[in-house]
Amino acid sequence: MKNAVFIYSPEQLGYKFSDSHPFNHKRLLLTMDLLRNINALSDDDIIPARVATDEEIALGHDENYIEIVKKAGHGELSPEQGENYGIGTEDTPIFPNMHEASALLVGSTLQAVDYVMQGKSRHALNLGGGLHHGFHGRASGFCIYNDSTVAIRYMQEKYNARVLYIDTDAHHGDGVQWAFYDDPTVCTLSIHETGRYLFPGTGKVTERGNGQGYGTSFNFPIDAFTEDESYLEIYEQAVREVFEHFKPDVVITQNGADAHYFDPLTHLYGTMKIYQEIPRLAHKLAHEYCDGKWIAVGGGGYDIWRVVPRAWSFIWTEMNDLSLPTGSLPKPWLDKWQPESPVPFIPTWEDPIPLYEPIPRKLEIEEKNAQMLMKALHMIRTEKR
Amino acid sequence: MMLIEEIMNRDVHTLAPTNTVKDALNVMKEKKIRHLPIVDDKEKIVGIITAHDLKNILPSSIKDALNLTTYDTILEKIMVKNPLIGHPLDFIEEVALTLYESKVSCLPIVSGGKLVGIVTPTDLLYTYIELTGANKPSSKIDIRVIDKPGILSDITEIFKKHHANVLSVLVYPSASLKESKIISVRVQIINPLSIIEDLRKEGFDVLWPNLPGVDHL
Repeated sequence: MKNAVFIYSPEQLGYKFSDSHPFNHKRLLLTMDLLRNINALSDDDIIPARVATDEEIALGHDENYIEIVKKAGHGELSPEQGENYGIGTEDTPIFPNMHEASALLVGSTLQAVDYVMQGKSRHALNLGGGLHHGFHGRASGFCIYNDSTVAIRYMQEKYNARVLYIDTDAHHGDGVQWAFYDDPTVCTLSIHETGRYLFPGTGKVTERGNGQGYGTSFNFPIDAFTEDESYLEIYEQAVREVFEHFKPDVVITQNGADAHYFDPLTHLYGTMKIYQEIPRLAHKLAHEYCDGKWIAVGGGGYDIWRVVPRAWSFIWTEMNDLSLPTGSLPKPWLDKWQPESPVPFIPTWEDPIPLYEPIPRKLEIEEKNAQMLMKALHMIRTEKR
Repeated sequence: MMLIEEIMNRDVHTLAPTNTVKDALNVMKEKKIRHLPIVDDKEKIVGIITAHDLKNILPSSIKDALNLTTYDTILEKIMVKNPLIGHPLDFIEEVALTLYESKVSCLPIVSGGKLVGIVTPTDLLYTYIELTGANKPSSKIDIRVIDKPGILSDITEIFKKHHANVLSVLVYPSASLKESKIISVRVQIINPLSIIEDLRKEGFDVLWPNLPGVDHL
């Protein structure tokens, strides 16, 4: 069995709102080129994406909404008609063939799922997916179709699997959470900047699921200006204890890379260190609990030059048991992309120390996050005792 | 303007003045409530009993001996008579003020001489959560402005220009600068950067989010 497959087709880059839009899948090219430069990725590893059928998309979305997205992408929808569906907004503008582009991203994640669930590969990576804000009948926060929601339903129906979803995007994974809020066979875990200022505003510790699904939603809202140490303390305890508690058959991780200090949309102060550690633990626990079954998708990440390529490369090297890349980034890669980048690259795999001025009240932020962690895990810790 | 009838609990559990302390304890335990309005046979409120009142008159649970006379005391003897009441058409702000100033822990709501509902500070807190919280996916932007007419309109003009759907607006005094106010806008958008840029271009002081200890409101 292969260790991992990399799902990619150039058409994934067709999910593009405009040249100036912050969501930019050029990150896929930058990441792949970086991996090729360190000889970590070859053509044999790459599995082409496929287009999800309407029936598959309807596992997570209203059929009427799918029709609206199709019309919008074919120029048959007025901006006013789109507004009720979150389409044609400044966040999610209409673009040509938006249904087809979105259906391909969903299909890519389904492709990743099939490879893992059919035992063709232990792990699978689809960096084009992770569009966690998509709602049943509405686009939200750059996301049209929610590939993770569709993929989880698909795993339930086709493989009868018990699924753990782990979301480390700096924004709350609301679309996936609400889709499975009542479902006790899917556990969602999201670590994100608190919604006090940041979109979408939800993801409070008290959102724990509903009815039968009570106790299978976990939220870890961390304060703005949270740094590596505190972030990783939360991540490691949260993920480990929820794995142990829920005992999933398969894990799907959403790997938004926007908790970094450089990210323009959020206020967390993570460095490359968290992106080294996040896949490492996910990988380890997938082997401990799920016989290795681990699907990873992308997500946010709006510094596509300095942050995302390095951060996402670590997921692939981890999946393949390659040693952690360190030291200088390959010169051909830097030379090739620097002219296009509006900012000077960080020329090494690690971030320079220090990356930013020290934060006042650092200790209080850490203390507050630690308190939050206790509240969020209180229920399963009491049960254990 | 929100009225109390929109948030009050209509399913009120009551007892009669002739019921006993034991009855009251049972109802409170069974229904998980802390306040019991006492009504006469015409559903007119004549008193109120709280869990706190009962605690004060009962012997400590550490003592084994049941003080039978206390348990059999009729509620008329211990209830608070003529409690403060509210009306379904009261404004929520008025009720909040009443609860805050009188320090009572609940307000029976009376209409047509009958008890029709009950409100506790918890209900008001829930209203507050709804007012300030994110019921729809949204970002929040805090802006410090000079307290003068027309400012709000200048700000909303910028949101309009970006076709950004505003979900809620709160205006409250700035703690540090007496002559200014904070306008807190919840807006249905993940990328507020261009709005923030425009607000700053127009000279507005956008505060989101403050580095703690560096820039106090």
